[in-house]
Amino acid sequence: MSVLPQETTVSANSSTAAAEARAAKLMKRRSRIRFYEIIVWIAAIAAYFLLPSKMLILTEIAILALFAVSLDLVLGFAGIVSLGHTAFFGLGAYVAGLMAQHYFAEPVTGLIVAGVASGVLGLLTSFLILRGSDLTRLMTTLGIGLMMAEVANQMAWLTGGADGLSGFSPGPILGMFEFDLFGKVGYLYCVGVLFIGTMIMRRIAFSPFGLSLKAIKGNSMRSAMVAVPGRKRIVTAYTIAAVFAGMAGALLTQTTAFVSPDVLAFHRSADVLLVLVIGGTGYLYGGIFGAILFTLVKDWLSVITPQYWMFYIGLLLVILVLIGRDRLSRWVEYLPERLSKKEDR
Amino acid sequence: MLTILFDGIAYGMLLFILACGLTVTLGLMNFINLAHGAFAMAGGYVTVVMMNRYGISFYWCLPAAFVVSALIGLVLERTLYQWLYQAPHLDQVLFSIGIVFMAIAATDYFMGGQQQLINLPPELSGRMDVFGVGVGRYRLFTIIVCAALALALQLILSKTRFGSRLRAAVDDRRVAMGLGINVPLVFALTFAFGSGLAGLGGAMGAEILGLDPNFPLKFMIYFLIVVSVGGTSTVSGPFLAALLLGIADVAGKYYVPAIGPFVIYALMIVMLIVRPNGLFSRGGR
Repeated sequence: MSVLPQETTVSANSSTAAAEARAAKLMKRRSRIRFYEIIVWIAAIAAYFLLPSKMLILTEIAILALFAVSLDLVLGFAGIVSLGHTAFFGLGAYVAGLMAQHYFAEPVTGLIVAGVASGVLGLLTSFLILRGSDLTRLMTTLGIGLMMAEVANQMAWLTGGADGLSGFSPGPILGMFEFDLFGKVGYLYCVGVLFIGTMIMRRIAFSPFGLSLKAIKGNSMRSAMVAVPGRKRIVTAYTIAAVFAGMAGALLTQTTAFVSPDVLAFHRSADVLLVLVIGGTGYLYGGIFGAILFTLVKDWLSVITPQYWMFYIGLLLVILVLIGRDRLSRWVEYLPERLSKKEDR
Repeated sequence: MLTILFDGIAYGMLLFILACGLTVTLGLMNFINLAHGAFAMAGGYVTVVMMNRYGISFYWCLPAAFVVSALIGLVLERTLYQWLYQAPHLDQVLFSIGIVFMAIAATDYFMGGQQQLINLPPELSGRMDVFGVGVGRYRLFTIIVCAALALALQLILSKTRFGSRLRAAVDDRRVAMGLGINVPLVFALTFAFGSGLAGLGGAMGAEILGLDPNFPLKFMIYFLIVVSVGGTSTVSGPFLAALLLGIADVAGKYYVPAIGPFVIYALMIVMLIVRPNGLFSRGGR
């Protein structure tokens, strides 16, 4: 940080300009592209060529990553502990499935419609999380998640109830790329959506808007004193996160051509929290790192103990919390910030 | 109609016994313990094992369930929970979800995933007619036991030295410690007692609520509703909330089976919006 200017006789105008310049520099430094980001995307492309037989699990990682990144916007930036984020994921999954079944099989359209539908739900429910303490928010989000699961279960004529939604096949992406049997196209599609989604959320999260969210998270009363409109900001962030969570759900539907009621199950909300905790919150890429680790661990565990892997996931959660989850995600800070070029601090 | 009301009251009483331990941990100690149902499940399984494998009388199983769950609660509180009282809520949520997952998988491993059944003693099974209303004997038994417990709790909290220590520790931990109250001990005992009550509730509820490894997740939301709607400052708040919830749930499942659970969640959300601190919260806080 630069030293505060000491001139006392300076005119208000020029000191504002100086402050603005400082703020602009700070924002620039916060938002510049970091070394690990480039690595992540190169690795994502490289995986396509190097691991052609692992497309399905890679696709799963990409979907979970998008889901987790969207939660990070709510949890890591706005500081809202949500136990019902899967409501949006599930809604997106069902909307995409119904779109493909009844109206229009083109996936990108389905993706957008699913995102919009989840966004509307996010907007409507965001007003419920404005009041009360952490506990109230927890209960409300949990309640919304359970309500969605109940709705999906009861409206069997539309959603297939407990059997899930099947018997549709997504058409070629943009009318050009057909989904193949090995999931290669599906993987590229998911990584593409993940990339675009992450970039959009990154733009949002590292803007002054994202900074104001962190201010609200830090101390909502103080941030209100410096004229940050807390409620508006939380509503916006929650809605955006819902849109991307819905898109993640839509991706799952489109790559598997099946929607099971499991997309709304409580354990999904818990899983995605765990993903974020493994990867670390508050810098978006935690969702991606966490998704990679979580999926690999879960895959490995379900090979060893197909029935009882849940035990070890639980054990992992307990250990993570007791060690202190902050310590785990701190490794990111040790990565070189940029590839070259001296930084003008 | 009256039978439904009666069943609802029994159900609500049971929910109260199950959830009142959580009132203390969650409300008073400000610890978001989503794993409360796991203690209840422990009590339920103790009863099942004792009755079905060793043929011990149901009446002996109830105190045993209480003691075992309380011991588990005490051990866990001393080893794990106490480190997290000051932790952020997110940590507490993750930690207790982890405990729930472990409890579910472990129960599944040891006991199998099927629904557990217990055979009630003959004098408690069946129905009888009271002024033309069909009354389940076991439900009557539940109501009597739970009402006695609720009364005892109220008296302990308001009249005994331990109760006033607990209230002091909750109101201001630092001042209470300064006055020489052993706050960690008070919390540990309270936690154990709450877990024990949950275990007792689980044992008694095995007949009414059912018992399988998913018990902690299935009823987590009910416990949370009781606590958040009832508020945490009194015993009577959660008690009334539990009764309301029990009656609403039973009536909802009977009259509108298609949207029964939906009604409960919707009610909870509305309630939380209108009164974020609970229906019967202390004013001015």
